[in-house]
Amino acid sequence: MNIIVSIKNLKKIYKNNLVAINNLNLDIFEGEIIALLGPNGAGKTTLISTICGLSSISSGSIKVKSFDVVDEYRKTREIIGLVPQELALEPFEKVINSIKFSRRLFGKKNDPIYLDNLLKKLHLFDKKNETIKSLSGGMKRRVLIAKALSHNPKILFLDEPTAGVDVELRKDMWDIIKELKKDGVTIILTTHYIEEAEMIADRIGIINNGDLLLVEEKQSLIKRMSIKTLKVNLKKSIAKIPNKLKSYKLKLDVTGNYFLYNYKTGLEKTGITSLLSDMSSIGMELQDIQTKQTSLEDIFVKIIKD
Amino acid sequence: MNLQGILAIYIYEMNRSFRTLIQSLVSPVLSTMLYFIVFGSAIGSRMEMIDGVSYGAFIVPGLIMLTVQMQSVANASFGIYFPKFIGTTYELLSAPLSFIEIVIGYVGAAATKSFSIGIIILLTSNLFVHIDIIHPFFMIFFLLITCITFSLLGFIIGIISDNFEQLNIVPMLIITPLVFLGGSFYTINMLPEFWQNIALLNPAVYLISGFRWAFFGIGDVPIMTSVFTILTFTILCVLIIWRIFKTGYKIKT
Repeated sequence: MNIIVSIKNLKKIYKNNLVAINNLNLDIFEGEIIALLGPNGAGKTTLISTICGLSSISSGSIKVKSFDVVDEYRKTREIIGLVPQELALEPFEKVINSIKFSRRLFGKKNDPIYLDNLLKKLHLFDKKNETIKSLSGGMKRRVLIAKALSHNPKILFLDEPTAGVDVELRKDMWDIIKELKKDGVTIILTTHYIEEAEMIADRIGIINNGDLLLVEEKQSLIKRMSIKTLKVNLKKSIAKIPNKLKSYKLKLDVTGNYFLYNYKTGLEKTGITSLLSDMSSIGMELQDIQTKQTSLEDIFVKIIKD
Repeated sequence: MNLQGILAIYIYEMNRSFRTLIQSLVSPVLSTMLYFIVFGSAIGSRMEMIDGVSYGAFIVPGLIMLTVQMQSVANASFGIYFPKFIGTTYELLSAPLSFIEIVIGYVGAAATKSFSIGIIILLTSNLFVHIDIIHPFFMIFFLLITCITFSLLGFIIGIISDNFEQLNIVPMLIITPLVFLGGSFYTINMLPEFWQNIALLNPAVYLISGFRWAFFGIGDVPIMTSVFTILTFTILCVLIIWRIFKTGYKIKT
């Protein structure tokens, strides 16, 4: 895949000496959805701001399609769309005028057909002549997306696009993002919601205290970091784990009715077969077994804690 | 150059004025007319001629200057402060626009509005007094450069202001007194010698004098001094704005 955004040794230090981004290196590939996860103040928004031109860079470089975002800002910004975290909109303006304004800022003439199609795609067409102040919060967020897409960008930055929106609208947003990916738009989104990253991202980046802790394919990250738990329900309850099974580090429930066995999914041998075989050899009969996989949220918490 | 981008800002700002037409146009014209009726007609009819010009006609250039300077500052400062206030400056900063293009858009719109107001006041004043303009082209040039320069100043005020109080404090506490004391309603020759020398420290004196010279061929200071003053002020404002965008002061984080 082609690299569309290349960040090298990026450092951002604010005037109060706060290091918001610390020697960050990241390549973003054309057509992917990358989710940047991190707690509040991790540096996610600052990272987006430096790429889009809202924040100055202390050191390092950012290239978009091999153009430098500082020296060749016209070429880089032409292909970037930005959806900010806040609902920053002129309240007294009509939806269509606001979107036309955004398109023209990017040097493009009004294109009624493209803009009408965009509004239809975002379910805003019937609101096009309404003033922004009359719209609901969810509709306003759609207007922000429409504004960001008004000049037909190749890269879209979404800074916490579903923050504070209800579950239904969030799912609606995910559909919109997936549609954009189908159209070939590269999407970089920041989010607090692990579920969001799990649902729509191709790759996950985890940022904390200005450091990019990891960037990995979502599936491989889950596979590599994920721990499965096997719950074994016993026919007869036991008081303690038998000596023969001690090496499995089983966790016996206080009722003695079941125990838990943790194993890594990525390993060739999980130990399940030998566990069941050892149980059988000492006459322990099982009644039922269940497995539960750790979520991305568990992985995220573990990485941040480490 | 991103002409579409400049036009977008310009048209957006002009539309904002049309949405608030009474506040933008009628209000300054009406208040200037009230000044004119009180100082020009009521009091002016009892005043002597000044350098061969009736008092009513004499104050016309001063009144126009007073209004366009205040309006230029108010329009431009609000124009850029409002996006800052509601958080929409991200659009400007993330668009492929240079600082010159952003300034042309905002300052161009603010200057257009105040220039239009100036012309309307001039036309309306003809209803009260007869005015012959000796140097009409120079009058247009001087009016235009004043509108542009004070719009640049307003743009600076709009950027550096953190709240509405700061937005109003410079026009209210600095510009209004300077313009009022800069000879809008009198010639500084009427002042005692000591105060004449003090008045010469006021840049508004040079602007009002230059504009009045375009009307009647008379002024408190030589015309070239007025031209030099306004051009110096223009360049200074451009340099300050260039520096603001270069450093990102109060714009970028």
